[in-house]
Amino acid sequence: MSRDLTLELKFRDPARARELAEAMQRNLDAIGREVSVMHVCGSHEQAIARFGLRAVLPRQLRLIMGPGCPVCVTDGPEVDEAVALARQGVHVCTYGDMLRLPGTSRSLADAQGDGGKVHVVYSVDQAVELARAHPADEVVFFASGFETTAVATAAVALTAVPENFSILSVHKYVPAAMDLVAESKESKIEGFVAAGHAAIITGWGIFEPFARKTGTPVVVAGFEPLDILAAIVKLTELIRDRKAEVFNAYPRCVTREGSQPAQQTLWKVFETRTGKWRGIAAVPGGNLDLRAGLAHLDARKRFRIDTVPVRDDEASGLERECLCGTIMMGLAMPHDCPLFGKACVPESPVGACMVSSEGTCRIWHTYGGAPDLRAVGAAST
Amino acid sequence: MCLGVPGKVLAIEGLVATVDFFGVRKELRLDIVDEPVTVGDYVLNHVGYAIRRIPPGEVQETLALFEQILDVSGAREDLMAADVRGEIAAGQATATVRAKA
Amino acid sequence: MEKVVQKIGLKHGSGGRAMRQLIEEVFLELASPVDGIGLGALDDGAALRVGDQWLVVTTDSHVVHPIFFPGGDIGRISVCGTVNDLAMMGATEPMALTCAVILEDGFLRADLERIRDSMKAAAAEAGAPFVTGDTKVVGKGECDGIFLNTTGVALTRRVVTDAGLRPGDLLIITGHVGDHGMAIMSKRHDLGLQGDLRSDVAPVNGLVRAALAAGGDDVVAMKDPTRGGVAGSLHEMAAKGKVGVIIEEQAVPVRDQVRAAADMLGIDPLLVANEGKAVIGVRAASAEKVLAALRAHPLGRHAAIFARAIDERPGSVILDTGLGKRLLAEPEGELLPRIC
Ligand code: SF4
Repeated sequence: MSRDLTLELKFRDPARARELAEAMQRNLDAIGREVSVMHVCGSHEQAIARFGLRAVLPRQLRLIMGPGCPVCVTDGPEVDEAVALARQGVHVCTYGDMLRLPGTSRSLADAQGDGGKVHVVYSVDQAVELARAHPADEVVFFASGFETTAVATAAVALTAVPENFSILSVHKYVPAAMDLVAESKESKIEGFVAAGHAAIITGWGIFEPFARKTGTPVVVAGFEPLDILAAIVKLTELIRDRKAEVFNAYPRCVTREGSQPAQQTLWKVFETRTGKWRGIAAVPGGNLDLRAGLAHLDARKRFRIDTVPVRDDEASGLERECLCGTIMMGLAMPHDCPLFGKACVPESPVGACMVSSEGTCRIWHTYGGAPDLRAVGAAST
Repeated sequence: MCLGVPGKVLAIEGLVATVDFFGVRKELRLDIVDEPVTVGDYVLNHVGYAIRRIPPGEVQETLALFEQILDVSGAREDLMAADVRGEIAAGQATATVRAKA
Repeated sequence: MEKVVQKIGLKHGSGGRAMRQLIEEVFLELASPVDGIGLGALDDGAALRVGDQWLVVTTDSHVVHPIFFPGGDIGRISVCGTVNDLAMMGATEPMALTCAVILEDGFLRADLERIRDSMKAAAAEAGAPFVTGDTKVVGKGECDGIFLNTTGVALTRRVVTDAGLRPGDLLIITGHVGDHGMAIMSKRHDLGLQGDLRSDVAPVNGLVRAALAAGGDDVVAMKDPTRGGVAGSLHEMAAKGKVGVIIEEQAVPVRDQVRAAADMLGIDPLLVANEGKAVIGVRAASAEKVLAALRAHPLGRHAAIFARAIDERPGSVILDTGLGKRLLAEPEGELLPRIC
């Protein structure tokens, strides 16, 4: 066994997972009713799905996927900007997740098909290298992700990058989304599982004023199965005891203060601004924009981005009917949406919940509801 | 939201570290890592950047925390027994497929 | 806004749902009734009755990029892909191969000879003779270096389809999963990954012959998990056999370095392409016998029983992770590195 046991396998132990699920059940029995909690992290959803954790959660627990995927919440018109740049002959580099994300009418994958110079990169450094290799061409990095990813973009912005390199930022800021959900009057969310990797940067202390203000407990969680289950046990315990506290269940990575070098880098380069999140709302402080002093690196200032030829205003109109925001607050189900399965399908999604393979609407569309697999395979043995 | 994978630092040159991820090596940038990193440390990689040095004792600490969470939440079984069962379960995964048929 | 014209995209070639839809909507019209298995079955190849035997025919075009990669090259793939498609239908003794090549103006002759040598070596391994070919050269930019097409024919007494699963059958994977796709991906996206990521590209007809010799008629379904990976193969086998398939994740053999690279890029090894593996469905009673025969073969040392067919949820593939179960979605489009 060459993989380091202490680092991984211990966090995937099925026996311990069962114990944690039982502890969760006891907490829910003590509460005595259905409880809705939200995680605000696409990677949590990926891990929950990948390991099949929904099948071990108690039935009275509704674990709702919040606006936690920075790719899904990137708005159609923002994608249009990148598509327009590719159409204008600029090299557009972006992370793999963004390639097929639709704009109001086209994705970068479509732009690539139309002959646009679109490149998938794993790291922003590859975009800088491309700019170095093609000094006569313009290279734009279409920068997506939450603050964790934004820090990497920021680090590059502070180094000596070539003249022909610039950034189109659609970075998003997590704490803003939690505020939005918690402040909604009808929200049924009684607790939050906070994103561990974002908290590495910001520190868990950032959630303290939030918990006080909203009266909702927050547990910071890692991404291994036991990390997530332990965090939910703790969260249900705090709900049972009516304690609006912040608990750090990911101490091997997250500290109270977070990473000072990363925060300094982040705020030197970015500032928050209100941004429209796909299918949700205008989120105050939800977008990260390059600061005014860095105009030479800001693709929006450097180019006249003409989105008219690639924009479909009718499609953006459809979005007004999208219920993603309500679904994420636990107040509606996909079939409540008039567009579900009609104007909104995985090939041309309207809202964020239809974009990601783990989005609520996407799962309902693919599988005809939320599948309950607890007993599958047991009967045919 | 952010994929993070831990790996072990093999070598450092300036702001670039060579990191081993269980048999695959990759160079990571150290521009934004929270603490000074030395050879032998574990770091968390996100998009080619080390975002966190994982202090050696803290893995054990997290595991201890799970136990504490279980303790607080009520009665629980003997942890040793659970450990043994976990190992048996992992070892028998292949056997189960056949047995179930 | 400009009018959007329907166009073919890369997703239509990556072995997933989009590709299946395209084939069904556009090419199925070409199908005509045959005595045997024709285009309409959308299997790995066709099987036509000739006397008391079956003539199996299959064709495959290769556009892999990069053309040379750790563990193989486009020449080796072009031979193995066709030999393996024949084998998946039970035809493990290839009678003849053809080779058509399209070259771009300026392609290096030395590279072409290197590719030829590797085709020759792979054909010898598989025991498959080349009998005819065709060469075309197109202008610069009209193709990407080299495109290769191979066609193979073989005779067999029994045809194995990909539709033969019944509830209770067990599924065997003949070795480590994801080697080829991971090797290609780390090269293609310049990920700077160093380590032993090598393609598994190999002719598996000998291995399949061993399985058929051990299991006989109890070997009921076969598929080579190329584009779309093991997940793609299981989806097809489940849909065509009208069964559910449940995978025991911990039983799936994956090399450490492939898992590490897959974790880093956010990709499930079950979706990653293989070029030297087979998924073999076997009646439960013969599963151990077939497994032992596979493991005795040099290419099958890491073979494992990893899934079984059930009567619930026909057409779907369920993954049991040891912690819980989930539906494994059908692969869609080209695999790309992810950040979240
Ligand atoms: S079906 Fe589409 S439009 Fe309706 S809520 Fe879901 S994502 Fe939004």
